[in-house]
Amino acid sequence: MIEIIDLHKSFGSKPVLRGVNLSVEQGESMVIIGGSGSGKSVLMKHIIGIIQPDKGNVLIDDVDIGTLKEKELYEARKKFGMLFQSGALFDSLNVWENVGFALIRQKKMPEQEVRKLAIEKLRMVGLVGVEDLMPSELSGGMKKRVGLARAIAHEPSVLLYDEPTTGLDPIMADAINDLIVQMKGHLAVTSVTITHDMHSAFKIADRIAMLFEGRIIEVGHPEDIKNTANPIVRQFITGSAVGPIKIEGVNHERVFNRA
Amino acid sequence: MFRLVEILGRYITSFAEELGRVLILLGSTLRHMVTIPVEGKGIFKQMLEVGIRSSPVVLITAIFTGMVFAHQTYTGFKRFGAETLVGSVVALSMTRELGPVLTGLIVAGRAGAAMAAELGTMRVTEQIDALETLATNPIKYLIVPRFVAGLIMLPALTIIADIIGIIGGYLVTVGLFGASSTVYWNRTWEYLEAADIYNGLIKACFFGASIALVSSYRGFYTSGGAEGVGKATTGAVVMSSMTILISDYFLSAFLFQ
Repeated sequence: MIEIIDLHKSFGSKPVLRGVNLSVEQGESMVIIGGSGSGKSVLMKHIIGIIQPDKGNVLIDDVDIGTLKEKELYEARKKFGMLFQSGALFDSLNVWENVGFALIRQKKMPEQEVRKLAIEKLRMVGLVGVEDLMPSELSGGMKKRVGLARAIAHEPSVLLYDEPTTGLDPIMADAINDLIVQMKGHLAVTSVTITHDMHSAFKIADRIAMLFEGRIIEVGHPEDIKNTANPIVRQFITGSAVGPIKIEGVNHERVFNRA
Repeated sequence: MFRLVEILGRYITSFAEELGRVLILLGSTLRHMVTIPVEGKGIFKQMLEVGIRSSPVVLITAIFTGMVFAHQTYTGFKRFGAETLVGSVVALSMTRELGPVLTGLIVAGRAGAAMAAELGTMRVTEQIDALETLATNPIKYLIVPRFVAGLIMLPALTIIADIIGIIGGYLVTVGLFGASSTVYWNRTWEYLEAADIYNGLIKACFFGASIALVSSYRGFYTSGGAEGVGKATTGAVVMSSMTILISDYFLSAFLFQ
């Protein structure tokens, strides 16, 4: 279980998180929605301990990840798998070395075994015959799939998805959504996804939380979110430029109040 | 006046902050260098990158430096009849100063820039974050191999540069000006001491470690996309070169008393 308690984080004088509270149950698929620059990625990096909070706590199975020593933190991270927005594949390694990276580093099995396992994980995400290619030879959708195969290779109990459908065409995006749903079914993992793609959010979420101005302003099941009375959430899920959420740098009077 | 003090203060604070971060990175690198597992594969790869791939440029620079040094010294010293000392001058200059410094500057420009660009790209494409999520310490995996490679390969390249430079001097002095080969070699060995060679190599070790540390630092803490990577790369070469040139004086003053 993941519990985020009163999390604060600022970069320089700019506050990004201003008291985030959220809990994710075991086996649940939590989707965090919010606009660009709302701090979703920062929140996710707190969950895995890449960023340390200024104030507040992140508890993973009741262990405060912020209090762990370096070695314990790396050990705790073995519970996680993370799919990055761009895939973040290692350029200097081929596909199977990317997928089996954590296992090669752990040196618990010979490299040939890791290769076999990587091919199996690649097959799980629908990729066949790509294991010896370099990341530069893959399309955007394939990179995401390889990234997902890498995230699940060491069989984590928590999967984190950072904007999994961003930059993909609608068909590929839907295929990635299906994969995320499949992963939850097959692997019984807890997952946290950050996205601003509402189609994706409604498809993969057990619950949806909205991050706005550094706080979680609403949490609920997809149906509750669809029928919310909160004008901010409504504006976001309907994708309207007019409403309480102002676009940074845009003169709303001039742009949206045309007679 | 207040404005001037304010600007100066800001520069000093930012310099101290940057120095502090470099030193913290150095401490972390040294700590991870002595912990197992040893990053053998990564170290070997970086040794090839820093050493083998830089060697053609080092060889060309060293031979022409030796040649031009011999040319200038021979024609200059001839004015007061001291041209027989060319061998000594070339050997002492190459081992004590030119070998380590020129090799350092070449490696800074070539391998240092490559280190900053590669790590910078890894940072902006979230590959360094990905390492963290895969329970791999990026300092141990990325910076330690570069640091060890710099530490080992710069002295190795310097030895080659010293030898090639002295041979370059020989080619000009004996081949072009027709001086005696025996005199050139006798003079070379007559004044050259072991301390000249190993103190030069100590400087090379320091330069190698500095290049790797500074370039890795610049790349590792890159921000701001492609532009940031460009800035990190330029910054790495400038900062490494400055570190070499400034520390060279102090190291020389300390080592060659």
